[in-house]
Amino acid sequence: MRSFTPKALFSLAAVGVLALSACGEAPEDEPEEDDAAAEENGDTQAEDNSDYTACLVSDAGGWDDQSFNESAFTGLQNAVEDFEISESTAESSSDSDFGPNVDAMVQQGCDLTFGVGFLLEDAIDEAAQGNPDQSFGIIDATLPSEPENGKPLVFNTSEAAYLAGYVAASMTETDTVATFGGIQIPSVTVFMDGFADGVERYNDDNDADVSLLGWDKEAQDGSFSGDFDDQSAGRALTEQFLAQDADIIMPVAGPVGLGAAGAIEDDGDAKLIWVDTDGYESTDYGDIILTSVLKQIAQAVYDTVEEGVSGEFTAEPYVGDLENDGVGLAPFHDFEDEVPDEVKDKIEELTAEIISGDTVVESENAPQ
Amino acid sequence: MSTEKKNNDPAEPGGALKEAESRLHYAVRELSQSSWVITLLSVVVALVVGALLILATNPQVQSTMGYFFAQPGDFFLTSFEVIRDAYSALFRGAVYDWQAATPERSIRPITETLVNAVPLILAGLGIAIGFRSGMLNIGGQGQIILGATCAAFIGYAYQLPLGAHLLLALVGGALGGAIWGGIAGVLKAKTGANEVIVTIMLNNIALYLLAWLLRQQWFVQTGSNQPISAPVEDSARLFGLLGGGFRLHAGILLAIAATVFVWWLLERSTLGFEFRAIGENPEAARTAGVNVPKATALVLIIGGGLCGLGGAAHLLGTEYRLGAGIAGTLGFDAITVALLGRSKPLGTFLAGVLFGGLRAGGVLMQAQTGTPIDIVLVLQSVIVLLIAAPPLVRAIFFLPNPDGKPRSTGRRRLRNQQAAEAAEQPTPTQEVSK
Repeated sequence: MRSFTPKALFSLAAVGVLALSACGEAPEDEPEEDDAAAEENGDTQAEDNSDYTACLVSDAGGWDDQSFNESAFTGLQNAVEDFEISESTAESSSDSDFGPNVDAMVQQGCDLTFGVGFLLEDAIDEAAQGNPDQSFGIIDATLPSEPENGKPLVFNTSEAAYLAGYVAASMTETDTVATFGGIQIPSVTVFMDGFADGVERYNDDNDADVSLLGWDKEAQDGSFSGDFDDQSAGRALTEQFLAQDADIIMPVAGPVGLGAAGAIEDDGDAKLIWVDTDGYESTDYGDIILTSVLKQIAQAVYDTVEEGVSGEFTAEPYVGDLENDGVGLAPFHDFEDEVPDEVKDKIEELTAEIISGDTVVESENAPQ
Repeated sequence: MSTEKKNNDPAEPGGALKEAESRLHYAVRELSQSSWVITLLSVVVALVVGALLILATNPQVQSTMGYFFAQPGDFFLTSFEVIRDAYSALFRGAVYDWQAATPERSIRPITETLVNAVPLILAGLGIAIGFRSGMLNIGGQGQIILGATCAAFIGYAYQLPLGAHLLLALVGGALGGAIWGGIAGVLKAKTGANEVIVTIMLNNIALYLLAWLLRQQWFVQTGSNQPISAPVEDSARLFGLLGGGFRLHAGILLAIAATVFVWWLLERSTLGFEFRAIGENPEAARTAGVNVPKATALVLIIGGGLCGLGGAAHLLGTEYRLGAGIAGTLGFDAITVALLGRSKPLGTFLAGVLFGGLRAGGVLMQAQTGTPIDIVLVLQSVIVLLIAAPPLVRAIFFLPNPDGKPRSTGRRRLRNQQAAEAAEQPTPTQEVSK
């Protein structure tokens, strides 16, 4: 037994850890009573909502993608807490899981099932047609057959990105700003289209010559990191932009943007524009984030669940735009003092123009 | 089969790489010879490991663990319930659901298992042919992508009569995979390029080729700029076998036919004999008059064709639309299916059904009990890992060593102690390959 001692030590350590971690006290009441009490309380408070089940099926990104899957998940959690309904969620590990996952939700009797992402379009469409008594929602896509029980939740993010483009162009000191995407799909390039138009608007209004790197709206061609995972690719792209004199960069690539943030922090002078959520709160890079282009998926999911709970669900598409605060520009936070008042006034003016329809932000990638 | 290894002199040019390669081939052959008992026991151990992970991640169990010494009963009761729920959901999702609302839904799970198994079996057979011929085809992923891409394009871009359209789409898919596998095969035959490296690189090329194609309007033909193609025409779809409510399609017949074909090819045909001969010993095969380069290329062409057919069946039978994620992890799952099936046709078929079942059951397990779907991946991985280390399994279950050497007689020792010991003992594999 040549290795007796290490083994004995290991066992001893393992037992020790177990013993230490298990020394807590049992709950004072019988757990079953606790459960029963909780259930009773739940029943009285929930106003019979607990038999309403809202369900969510992710795409391959999973719930921790710091992007739209996570936003939708947050929205559902908030709704579950506030309306005391039941929930059920399923993560898809590949494209072929979409159909079976949605089907599993339907079989479980979900009253309202969301598919997160355009890839679930077919799965949700089919389920909605086959189960007219249940309601469905799809994020970032429309349903081809427009069923009466299927609600598309889409976002006109180009409007908010337009404002961000204008701010970026007015704040740059090198007359160069940049953007890049994760993968070239409409829900990404719609940000880049709006950003490009915002920069263009600034140039027209102020006779300036701010150039945009990373996206050519005319040609629909630009820089992409290739996926929504590889932060080092985001870093490499950003370093290239910085070398070409860009000083404000908007990555539209979920967690890949964190790589961009790292490169910008090292650079020292450049600034970042975050997307989807308010990066000042959701990331650790608040001090370099000029502003964020908000896409309120969580709110949209929450509102749709509320409609469902109160029996007012309709198939009317939800289109998030500046007017209904479905999209928007986040506060400047640390840069509040640096952004000149005339720029802030101009942003308000532009917002009003877009809402009234005087300025139309056109993008072939925007939801129809 | 042969346990003799020829000596590769590391001093000769490329000797080290050659030696590493022959060791790899030896390991694969070892795998294909492990016994059925080991396979079965590996599944059992994997379920136990999976159960431990389910316990470790379950919040209810964690909270009872906190006061384990005060009320151990709570911990054991909760643990039992959690595992029972998770595995019974896995079973109900994969075989027979006794809680379903209608009889139709009760038997649907087993059909779902078969649906999932179709591409795994077809691609697994393609990989298995390579293994039997001493070639590690890691390119299943790329070959599946090419197969699905060709089948999809034929499926929606052309209007053809009913039977011909489906046939053409399937042949196109097989051809796409065969070309992709053939690139690696011909390169290996002509230049000696290592097929492992070439096929891995071809996987990446296929992935980006597909991503590029999906952005081309002439290719996707949808009129929208979402990177997803038009759905294939009805005439090109693999027809359903059981009608509405079921997804089971004719692909399963294709998979059965392919299994029989591969059995015939490997066990009964001259070509298959040559394949196995170059797998056992290329030099001896050459001396015996086998055209080694030709056989090498054909192995990867036929293997690629089967993988391509798997991709085509997946697309024409269940998905209908081509997206960037069409292959998922099928190509890599197919490798594990081939390993688990010990590179034998029937074994691969059964392994494909098992993995298909784990996939189908995982959906219900996640939806009903909230158990993370990743557990299924762990189960699959542990099964293959254990099959790769037969002495470990023998040690866990106190099985005798097939060499005839008596094992140590200690009976009530801790399992892990014995496992560790078994790992320390030089295994037959190591002895031979050193």
